[in-house]
Amino acid sequence: MTQSTEFDYNAVDREQWLHMYEQMCKIRSFEENANELYFSRKMPGLTHLYIGEEAIAVGVCEALRREDYITSTHRGHGHCVAKGASLDRMFAELLGKEAGYCRGKGGSMHIADQDTGNLGANAIVGGSAGIATGAGMSIKMRGTDQVAICFFGDGALGQGLLYETMNMAQLWKLPVIYVCENNLYNEYTHNRETAAGSLKARAEAFGIHAEEVNGQDVRAVYATMLRLVERSRQGEGPAFLLCQTYRFLGHHVGDVNREYYRSKEEETLWKTERDPLKNLAAWMIEAGLAEATIFGQIEEDVQAEVAAAVEFALNAPFPNVSEVTENVYA
Amino acid sequence: MSMLKPSPTDRVLTFSEAIREAIAEEMRRDPTVFIMGEDVAEAGTVFKVLVGLVEEFGPQRVIDSPISEAGIAGLGVGAAITGMRPIIDIMFGDFITLTMDQMVNQAAKTHYMSGGKLKVPMVLRTTLGATRRSAAQHSQSLHAWFSHVPGLIVAIPSTPYDAKGLMKSAIRNDNPVAIFEDKMLYQLKGPVPEGEYLIPFGVADIKREGTDITLVATSSMVQVALEAATLLADLGISAEVVDPRTTTPLDKQTLIDSAKKTSRAIVIDEGYEQYGVTAEIASVIADGAFYYLDAPVKRMGAMNVPVPFSPVLEDVTVPMPQGVVDMAKMLCGKN
Repeated sequence: MTQSTEFDYNAVDREQWLHMYEQMCKIRSFEENANELYFSRKMPGLTHLYIGEEAIAVGVCEALRREDYITSTHRGHGHCVAKGASLDRMFAELLGKEAGYCRGKGGSMHIADQDTGNLGANAIVGGSAGIATGAGMSIKMRGTDQVAICFFGDGALGQGLLYETMNMAQLWKLPVIYVCENNLYNEYTHNRETAAGSLKARAEAFGIHAEEVNGQDVRAVYATMLRLVERSRQGEGPAFLLCQTYRFLGHHVGDVNREYYRSKEEETLWKTERDPLKNLAAWMIEAGLAEATIFGQIEEDVQAEVAAAVEFALNAPFPNVSEVTENVYA
Repeated sequence: MSMLKPSPTDRVLTFSEAIREAIAEEMRRDPTVFIMGEDVAEAGTVFKVLVGLVEEFGPQRVIDSPISEAGIAGLGVGAAITGMRPIIDIMFGDFITLTMDQMVNQAAKTHYMSGGKLKVPMVLRTTLGATRRSAAQHSQSLHAWFSHVPGLIVAIPSTPYDAKGLMKSAIRNDNPVAIFEDKMLYQLKGPVPEGEYLIPFGVADIKREGTDITLVATSSMVQVALEAATLLADLGISAEVVDPRTTTPLDKQTLIDSAKKTSRAIVIDEGYEQYGVTAEIASVIADGAFYYLDAPVKRMGAMNVPVPFSPVLEDVTVPMPQGVVDMAKMLCGKN
């Protein structure tokens, strides 16, 4: 949380901050609607909501180009939106419709969109560390200046694959940035019960450049990522970014009564004082970059866009049953 | 370009040389092909199969990795999705257990889960086979594990000719392909034509024609079946040896047709007998040739025990020619 303060926020123009606000707003609205689709029984299965963590996906992806890669997690809607996926096809996927990003074969936890560099969300915790690092290897072999971002949560710090791949990324100076979204809980267990020692030191042990950032502050995430992306593009190898954050809701939509593993007071503190949308809006107003009314307008516009996307998905047809045997093999 | 049989006049290569030639040819043809694994570069693998490749293609394409089977399999998936054609070398087949999440949950499912958008053109090459006195963690034949998973292709060559043609097909294929090489076959010699050829997946090869009994045999067991067939011929029993060459996809029709012709079948594979390749193939034959069969379809796999070290113990755990002969005699009523 130190180095990012050196960044001159005034170097970023008002429109770009507003765009980041709009992106975070889209993610939040998407998730609120996904939650509603679950409770109204219109969505099959469960889903894992990203509400509270929006600044990370947006801050990271704003520092990327379209052709850069990301791999995502079971809590992946925010990453998909931030990397440029369209909301209607995402909702269609959540509902198992043919118009979905994966023709209804992936669902909430497997949205992939190669047109925006999204190599797929992954329902195995830490499971995409190999894919992201392999993409980094491919970038280096093909000689482009792309970067690959591996999003994962603090739960993935328990997985050996992450350490195998970070070792290789540093050995071979691969352009991979490991973004750890530390929302404090491995499902229903606080990570003080699951992770020994320092989280950041795990990457530092390999000699990987590691930084820590306030994951509730999109400005800090973005500013830090700009630097990390640039050094990876310049061939300086991988980086590790530890983002301190919190999921405002449960592990998944059905995780409603959470008091057996975390207190209401803790939730209230994060929601009231560390909301990434409120914080960005407050800073912009304070800095004289925007009038308070503009944020309400953005929210209204986003909500209309999201409502239309939900409507599209609800009305979209399911895949033909004959699709079940398609795409097993290329 | 695809041929189904070598010619007796072809030059002779070892199984190991055939594999190396296949990889070298594909690496010359396609700059996106690379190979990564433990001791693949200067060492040329513990079995010396890849000797010379790093000298020709350099350490950027023949990459010594840490001892991280899960990690290299995962890097293979990521590189394959983004435009490369990796060959991931897993030294012993026993170590595929360490790659399972990457192969089963990632490589095998990526194409399907993405609705057909992403492709994973990677090859995992590894070994199978006992009787090298290497004990329980270096002797297993675990190809059934991958054969169980939709989305993976599994090739199990038994001759130098098949090894080369299947390896080249594997490298060119847009799916994850696991190719299991029998450690005991590396020095086996056989005809391999000079020109380029591919062997398609899902096409069985009749290694020896016969009329009285079908011996379906895979990989290491093909030589066992051929020896048994020679012994059986002396007893007046004509055995047909059919090699599926790939377990997934499986050439069901050739297996069924052979069993219909001979009316008897034994399925021989070096994987554990329980829930294994022999069970699947026996079921295919029993189902498809039911009305033509004069005897139940029998299975011979590795004994359902961890592979023991002591030679006297190890040798009884895998099918041997005499055991196949005894089983065939029983099925043919020649006891």
